[in-house]
Amino acid sequence: MDDATRQKIQSLIDTHPVVVFMKGTKTFPQCGFSATVVEVMKRLGTDFHDVNVLADPAIRQGVKDFASWPTIPQVYVGGKFLGGCDIVRDMYTSGELAPLVQEATQK
Amino acid sequence: MVEPEVLEARIRAAIPDVTLVRIEDLTGGRDHFQATVVAPSFAGLTRVAQHQAVYRALGELMAGPVHALALSTHTPETYKRVLK
Repeated sequence: MDDATRQKIQSLIDTHPVVVFMKGTKTFPQCGFSATVVEVMKRLGTDFHDVNVLADPAIRQGVKDFASWPTIPQVYVGGKFLGGCDIVRDMYTSGELAPLVQEATQK
Repeated sequence: MVEPEVLEARIRAAIPDVTLVRIEDLTGGRDHFQATVVAPSFAGLTRVAQHQAVYRALGELMAGPVHALALSTHTPETYKRVLK
C-alpha cells in the first residue's frame, strides 16, 4: 500500500465516527455481507460514512492490508477496527454494538 | 474455487489445538463457505484476533479462490453456549 492510500484510510476513520468500507453504497449495497452491515446500522439508527471500495481499487486492496483483514465489508467505530459482517452482526445481537456506536457518535 | 478439505487442512495446520473445524459449502460452487472453528487457544483473544488467525491460516486462498467466508470462531466454552 502506498503512503497516499494509507493516509486516506487513516483520515477517513479519524474524521467519521462510524465508517463502513463496503461493496456498493448504503443506499445500494452490492454484496449481501455489506447489505447486512447497512441493515444493522439502520436498525441502530446510526448514520455512517460509507466508502464504496468497488469505486477505488487502491482503497479496496489498501483496507485489507490496513486491518490485516482480507474481506469486505469492514467497520470502524471511533477510529478502531471493529470487524467484518459476522462480528458486527453478533455484536448487534448481543447488545454490545449499540453503546459503542452511541459513544462514538456523541463525541 | 477450492475444496473445503483444503481449507480445513490449512486451519488445522496453523491452529494445532483446534477441537472442531467445520466447513460448509454454501452454494455448491466451492467458493462461498461457512466455517466454524473452535480452539482453546482462542481464549483471551478478541473476535477480530480470532478471525485474523483463521484468515492468516488461509493466506492467499482469501485473495481469489474463496469469494466469501462466513466465519464463526469459538473457544470450547463459548461453543457450548452456542449449541444450547
